[in-house]
Amino acid sequence: MSIIKKIHDMLSSKEISCKELTEQYLSEIDKSNGELNAYVNITPEVALEQAQKVDEKLAKGEEIGMLEGVPMTLKDNMSTKGIETTCCSKILTGYKPIYNATVWDNLESKGAVLLGKTNMDEFAMGSSCETSYFGGATNPFNTKHCAGGSSGGGASAVSGNIAAYALGSDTGGSIRQPASFCGIVGLKPTYGAVSRYGLIAYASSLDQIGPITKTVEDASIVFDAISDYDPKDSTSQGRQKGLTYDTINNDIKGMKIGIAREYLEGIRDDVKEALLNATKVYESLGAEIVYFDMPAIKYALPVYYIIACAEASSNLGRYDGIRYGFKAEHYNGTHDMMCRTRSEGFGEEVKRRILLGTYVLSAGYYDAYYKKAQNLRGTILKAFNDAFLNCDFILAPTVPMTAFEMGHAVSDPVETYLTDICTVPVNIAGLPAVSIPCGFNAKGMPIGMQLIGNKFEEAKILNAANMYEKVAKENFKDTKWGVKL
Amino acid sequence: MKYELVAGFETHVELSTKTKIFCGCTTAFGGDPNTHCCPICIGLPGTLPKLNRQVVKYAIMAGLATNCEIAEVAKMDRKNYCYPDLSKAYQISEYDKPLCEHGFIQLSNGRKIRILRIHIEEDAGKLIHAHGDTYVDYNRGGVPLIEIVTEPDFRSADEAREYVEKLQQIMRYIGVSDCRMQEGSMRCDVNISVRPEGSEKLGTRTEIKNMNSINNIVKAMEYEFERQVDVIENGGKVIQETLRYDDATNTTSSMRGKEDANDYRYFRDPDLVTILTSREEVEEIRSMLPELPEKKQERYIDEYGIPEKDAQLLTKYRKVSEYFDEAIKDIKNPKTVSNFIIGSIFRRVETEKDKEEFAVATSPKQLNQLVKMIEDKKIQNNLAKKTLEQMLDTGKDCTAFIDESDLGGIDDSALTSMCQSAIDSNPNAVADFKSGKEKALMALLGNVMKQSRGKADAQSVKAKLIELIG
Repeated sequence: MSIIKKIHDMLSSKEISCKELTEQYLSEIDKSNGELNAYVNITPEVALEQAQKVDEKLAKGEEIGMLEGVPMTLKDNMSTKGIETTCCSKILTGYKPIYNATVWDNLESKGAVLLGKTNMDEFAMGSSCETSYFGGATNPFNTKHCAGGSSGGGASAVSGNIAAYALGSDTGGSIRQPASFCGIVGLKPTYGAVSRYGLIAYASSLDQIGPITKTVEDASIVFDAISDYDPKDSTSQGRQKGLTYDTINNDIKGMKIGIAREYLEGIRDDVKEALLNATKVYESLGAEIVYFDMPAIKYALPVYYIIACAEASSNLGRYDGIRYGFKAEHYNGTHDMMCRTRSEGFGEEVKRRILLGTYVLSAGYYDAYYKKAQNLRGTILKAFNDAFLNCDFILAPTVPMTAFEMGHAVSDPVETYLTDICTVPVNIAGLPAVSIPCGFNAKGMPIGMQLIGNKFEEAKILNAANMYEKVAKENFKDTKWGVKL
Repeated sequence: MKYELVAGFETHVELSTKTKIFCGCTTAFGGDPNTHCCPICIGLPGTLPKLNRQVVKYAIMAGLATNCEIAEVAKMDRKNYCYPDLSKAYQISEYDKPLCEHGFIQLSNGRKIRILRIHIEEDAGKLIHAHGDTYVDYNRGGVPLIEIVTEPDFRSADEAREYVEKLQQIMRYIGVSDCRMQEGSMRCDVNISVRPEGSEKLGTRTEIKNMNSINNIVKAMEYEFERQVDVIENGGKVIQETLRYDDATNTTSSMRGKEDANDYRYFRDPDLVTILTSREEVEEIRSMLPELPEKKQERYIDEYGIPEKDAQLLTKYRKVSEYFDEAIKDIKNPKTVSNFIIGSIFRRVETEKDKEEFAVATSPKQLNQLVKMIEDKKIQNNLAKKTLEQMLDTGKDCTAFIDESDLGGIDDSALTSMCQSAIDSNPNAVADFKSGKEKALMALLGNVMKQSRGKADAQSVKAKLIELIG
């Protein structure tokens, strides 16, 4: 059952006060965060102040909204006024934004209770959360394994029941991959569906904020709440369609599910098996599976790394120590100050991507890399458009494997890049995709699969995901951690 | 050997929109440092630009006024470079799809200066060096600019002067910028090279920056021309570099060489959407453009018989020409109005700024009323001129200074008696006039004017005198 709905019912029926509930969450964070390292900044004052407001409202007999009083968390790359926002980078330590990200403005006005800011790979660059300046978040299923990345903290918190839901951001899989690793649900919305205003940019043409939740229903509730058109973001379009929640229980009989053979290449056997089992579940629900080829996908990984790094090299130029955040202590003149601040303030992975991005945009290399990548981006988008002529959504593994052990990803960055192969095509094409649990490997680590929809077809993929969840409950396992409602 | 100067201009013009190009902050000049700023224009992490459509409109106006084609599809790019006054470490500009292209400005010698492109971009902040430290003021950051780039079509510093003056005049006329070089709302960079006269091949160019007046531009170009000729004459080679002009010494000095040129790593700004401009919108803007100075000048000369020099003076500033246009309504001879403006009113507006604003105490309607009284022969010219001065002093209507006795001038019987009296008391002058000395009449005329205390109309007096002398 939806965690959000359950909390809403408990609060509405006064089974528990919002203050008690919030305190429970805060106390569980206290107990488990040492091991999970999901939170990098816990905000009890903010949470309890909001909880009190909700309780006052309830005491007056007023009705509360679905998200009102629900304890949640934001990835540390979403600007929160007066609350330190670091992107888990040394270079932004001490930075307290003077404005709110639109998503937080929106949820705050809906009465969300902010427990804190969650861990992430530095500037969202990484697949294990371990490039974080504060160390990586661990996996609630087995803390020897990572939570995934970059939104590892949010996934760990939700999987570990120390947040009812989290907002993450997905540039190349950063919501879906950790959701898959932590056995929960992660929705990467259509590019433009959710405002990026206040989201500290990694790669502007790929970044998208979305929910990380325990159930598909929760993802739908949160997505509906945050997908408004925002005049502050020129690329924002809003949800475009009705509430996804209204159609989440629709019959999916006759739906056509596409499987691109390329997505099944090079993935671990257990992952493949879990995915094929899921197709059987779908067939039993009356859906039809169609296999097809999508050769353009093989370009996705290089295209992603070229475009993302290029944009990052420009987006991260502003961290120079002049206006906010970390500034080198010893320097000789302005230029030296900027150099030292950046050298000391950025981690290895961030530096690697800034260098890569600077290189691919440089005169003499631009055509061979960036321009070619942009052209191929068009090719990939077209391949998806063609695919959706013959199916309602595409079913694919989220990650070719299960969660890495801690320390593995950072030891071999290039091999780790390769694990993004299944998630990046969606970002390149600007499509929505939801990752849901579809099984476990022999060691009990969760396996995820993603449902990829056409632009603004969130309702369709959430509907199909929800129908799967209803009949495959055994794949949505709880962990030992956190608040037991 | 004779050398020819070849130059091209890159001119930055600050647009006078009320708000900045990507946020709602004011564009007002001055203000305490960092008070005209917000999270967007200081580039705080996570903020996004939102294009001010008025900037696009102003740029299109500038493009149309300089005969450019307006792109239906344009986009914005990031120009990446690192400098403390640039808060995002990139300037949002237009690289390969500018809003306006292929225009020209025609010079008085008939030559056309081709405009390669006009694009929109944001201004950077300013560094302030004080107390041994460097401070940054981001008030100017995000103020909208257009950059107007010409082909290397200039052949002399005089052409450059005329071009800059014309550009200033046009931009002010269409109201998109005040183009004040001293305040930095118009900044010119000049690319300059020399070549043997008759040669088609372009020489190596240098770029001169930091000239804050038209005079300095001319001086800098003249200096740089001589310098390059000297280098070549002495067997040397001109080095491609960026030069700074120093007006105290009237010399140029090197800022940076070619090898230090930035690689700006331009790429499309993913935060901004494509700029679409419909043909209907362009035509609507075109129809709303005011009459441009050149057209106006022609009209004044052809339709009103205003001398060319005066027509130039009247059209140099938009407000002056608007004043003139209003003051000549229903006036038979607009030249009278022109003479009053140039002769009397101009003496009261001395600075460029005053002429630009042209805020004079007498409204065009009041001047119109005064000139109508002359045309209706109610008062004569000299009195009108005197009255205008009083009007300009006080802002009052002309009727405040012309009393009943002035109105209607001198009636015929009074005129006859005054003329007769003049004839009677100047027999010598009468005799001279009769013997053919036409000038002798002037003595008689002077006498009548004296009697009438300047109220009589000179033409009527002359006619009456001739009639009486018969």
